Amino acid sequence: MAEPTVILDALAIQRSLTRIAHEIAERNEDDAKVVLVGIPVGGDHLAARLAKILAGIWKHDVPFGILDTTMHRDDLDQRVAPTVHPTDIPFDVTGKTVVLVDDVLFSGRTTRAAMDALNDFGRPKRIQLAVLVDRGHRELPIKADFVGKNVPTSLDEKISLLLTEAGAAQDEVILKRK
Amino acid sequence: MSWTKKHLLDIESLTAEEITTVLDTARSFKAVGKRAIKKVPALRGKTVINLFVEPSTRTRTSFELAAIRLSADIINFSAEASSFKKGETLKDTAKNLEALNADFIIIRHSASGAPHFLSRVLDSHVINAGDGAHEHPTQALLDAFTIREKKGRIAGLNVTILGDILYSRVARSDIWALTKLGAKVTLCGPSTLVPKTFEQMGCRVTYDVDEAIRDADIINLLRIQHERQRKTMFPSIAEYTNLFGLNKARLAKTKPDALIMHPGPINRGVEIDSEIADCNRSVILEQVTNGLAVRMAVLFLVNGGKMATAAA
Repeated sequence: MAEPTVILDALAIQRSLTRIAHEIAERNEDDAKVVLVGIPVGGDHLAARLAKILAGIWKHDVPFGILDTTMHRDDLDQRVAPTVHPTDIPFDVTGKTVVLVDDVLFSGRTTRAAMDALNDFGRPKRIQLAVLVDRGHRELPIKADFVGKNVPTSLDEKISLLLTEAGAAQDEVILKRK
Repeated sequence: MSWTKKHLLDIESLTAEEITTVLDTARSFKAVGKRAIKKVPALRGKTVINLFVEPSTRTRTSFELAAIRLSADIINFSAEASSFKKGETLKDTAKNLEALNADFIIIRHSASGAPHFLSRVLDSHVINAGDGAHEHPTQALLDAFTIREKKGRIAGLNVTILGDILYSRVARSDIWALTKLGAKVTLCGPSTLVPKTFEQMGCRVTYDVDEAIRDADIINLLRIQHERQRKTMFPSIAEYTNLFGLNKARLAKTKPDALIMHPGPINRGVEIDSEIADCNRSVILEQVTNGLAVRMAVLFLVNGGKMATAAA
């Protein structure tokens, strides 16, 4: 197995999130209607960080929640049951602009499951997608609205996001060959 | 954390990690029940058959609702209206149900080991909903879930199980689950119904009810199972109530935060005073709510378990 490569360090992650937050602010003039929903594991912490940066830009609190997508996955018959994480969306999504936040955009299937899962909580006015890393290899017609970094990858590589909130020593995104 | 079993046959063969996986998964499924839309597509298109050869209302209904909330299709098959009356064997009945492409068979049977037998002759997932006096695994999982949710932990707690232990599959499953998770389990009841041999399962046996419940964090009451007792194991119901029933005077001598549990159906005025069953220390109805979440978690996990079996 080759040595893992750091593709984003702590500072680069921070810069990416700041830029994404500004892009979200630029795209959404109706800032009172914007809510963030992170997908675990990883996207939940990123949503919390983005909410904090956006609160600084907009000068008001930005609601954020956590959405587990495992019960809506389309591959439950092809794998050992995935770990189910708690869902916590402490606001009504109906009529809101929901920005889904995920760490890595890959096949697009998690995003599809997330959109289905979100529908059970209400009918958002629109859904946007923010990801820290887009690694390509889409299997569905899904495209991110906000991307931290585009990383061309091969299928035998794995990208992992490590965050201090999740117990890592420092924030970084690493790429490993399986 | 992962679950790799294709069936849920008993608690005895589970590890503490596996039990904890079910409890953690059930927590998320409990949240689904609080949503406006109480249904997720996890088992869409799957067929579940409730094969209840012994009567049951709450467990059957709970499994039925669990399957529905996971978007599976479910049919109920009861012994009274079935071909068992016409002399068909359990194996033939189950094979016939599997020939209808059943993905899950949930079985309750008066014979211990019936689910294990089916798991050897069928390709479907088999879930034990109670087999004789052997085990009732989902009841133990929902009891453990309720205790953990209410007390924040299971390890180190004193759990007293009071009543008919000998004929109780709930007691056996509870003992396995709770001791694996680190609780200290005490059994109490008439000596004819609580043989000392249960100490071999890692619990304590006592016949002094006041002593048994004094330091308990959890008091789990079991019903006297008249239907299973071949002959009278104690002189009268009134005597049982006097000696072992949970009443106000006894409850006053327990820890103020001790919780009262009961797998149901309760016999008011026999093992439990009516007032106590409805008091704020009773979590009997929450057990029912949690049972649904636990059964959803079990169906969800065993569905993925076949992949591990196939890969092995």
